[in-house]
Amino acid sequence: MAEYKPIRKVVSGNYAAAYAVKHARVQVVAAYPITPQTSIIEKIAEFIANGEADIQYVPVESEHSAMAATIGASATGARAFTATASQGLALMHEMLHWASGARLPIVMVEVNRALAPPWSVWDDQTDSLAQRDTGWMQFYAENNQEVYDGVLMAFKIAEQVNVPIMVIESAFILSHTYDVVEMIPQELVDEFLPPRKPLYTLTDFDNPKAIGALATPDDYYEFRYKLAKAHEEAKKIIKDVGKEFGERFGRDYSDMIEKYRTDDADFIFLGMGSLMGTVKEAVDRLRDEGYKVGAAKVRWFRPFPKEELYELAKKVDGIAVVDRNFSFGQEGILFTEAKGALYNTSARPLMKNYIVGLGGRDFTLNDVRKIAEDMKGLIERGELDEEVEWYHLKR
Amino acid sequence: MKLNTLFGEKKERATKIVLRSVDEYPEAPISLGTTLSNFTGSWRTFIPIVNEDKCVKCYICWKFCPEPAIYIKEDGYVAIDYDYCKGCGICANECPTNAITMEKEEK
Repeated sequence: MAEYKPIRKVVSGNYAAAYAVKHARVQVVAAYPITPQTSIIEKIAEFIANGEADIQYVPVESEHSAMAATIGASATGARAFTATASQGLALMHEMLHWASGARLPIVMVEVNRALAPPWSVWDDQTDSLAQRDTGWMQFYAENNQEVYDGVLMAFKIAEQVNVPIMVIESAFILSHTYDVVEMIPQELVDEFLPPRKPLYTLTDFDNPKAIGALATPDDYYEFRYKLAKAHEEAKKIIKDVGKEFGERFGRDYSDMIEKYRTDDADFIFLGMGSLMGTVKEAVDRLRDEGYKVGAAKVRWFRPFPKEELYELAKKVDGIAVVDRNFSFGQEGILFTEAKGALYNTSARPLMKNYIVGLGGRDFTLNDVRKIAEDMKGLIERGELDEEVEWYHLKR
Repeated sequence: MKLNTLFGEKKERATKIVLRSVDEYPEAPISLGTTLSNFTGSWRTFIPIVNEDKCVKCYICWKFCPEPAIYIKEDGYVAIDYDYCKGCGICANECPTNAITMEKEEK
């Protein structure tokens, strides 16, 4: 194994994604532009135009077609990638099921952007979470480095379990904000991520097959079980690949939930994506003032790390779930998932849902402090005032 | 007896694949071979029955069968390959002498 010397570049989250696609030696990209995703595929097009990457680039007429073309490419055995956001992801919805059902290890970067109306281009997780039941795995990046690392790991994980993966980043907060990203020299990426070995391919002419064939009620059920089982098995693969990544490149991703100062915490924040960077910084400041508080960042929303959540939940008195998303008629989506995961366990911390940051509303260090003060009071009183709080609402 | 004029000897080698446990299934939903192993007759609800007393050997049913799952026997009468007949009933509808009737199939 060659010695690892990272190449440091100052890039946006979108460029970090594009570099990862190049370094992963992706063979086919089919994509359609949409704010705030566009600069990912623009950068990939630039790599191709400059002769820096050998990628078949397929410009298509919609996101539905982008996913359809990516599925076709993946079915031939190629390593295939696409990227989208918000309305584009929603348009892709039907094809997302085709990708996961046919067990194609596609990787897609999804830039969290609020759904319209009202029209918005800013950060909001409801677009990706609305695709929860498509059978895709979902990885939420906190920063540009995690976008880069996430894409590389996603290909390795997806190609072992044959399940597609969305690597999700925040609109503008990551997608267009520049930060230092440690990139990995090509030969070391190649060692980490060997060429794909497909389960089946459309180009195996000696053994012709249809992929995504019809299954009558006699057979459909078993294929759904196989996909469900693949998600369960992925939890171990995620751990193994995350650990290997840490050993090779110094950033460990073996935990599906990143625990930040949670060991002796009285209560923790639970959330996903870039807002957890703010929470971690706030936790440091609150700790300096004597708050026994920690942060738990859900990296993988699918498969859902319920075992890890239980280990955390049984040690704390309270969990403040910060959701930059909402399921109308219910509550924040992570809140539902977290409560559901704990129902059949002995862990019963006080749990409150704070709806924050929808449509890119700023979520600041001061907001984290106010939520911490609220949680501390609720735990002392031992009861909830309200289960779901629209935290920023102008009253 | 040759079962099918189209499949010929191949049809004699045809065997239906029956997957009995989830472990026998392929990981992804791929086709396991051709129709020589995927018998589509199991989709049927109504089964066509040929009454040779009424059949006039016009072969209209044979021409219309979309599968095609109707073959002509050596004696000139038509017969139905129930491994592939999906029970659509077009043959019964087209038959000018009502020699084919659709009956509820018990399984």
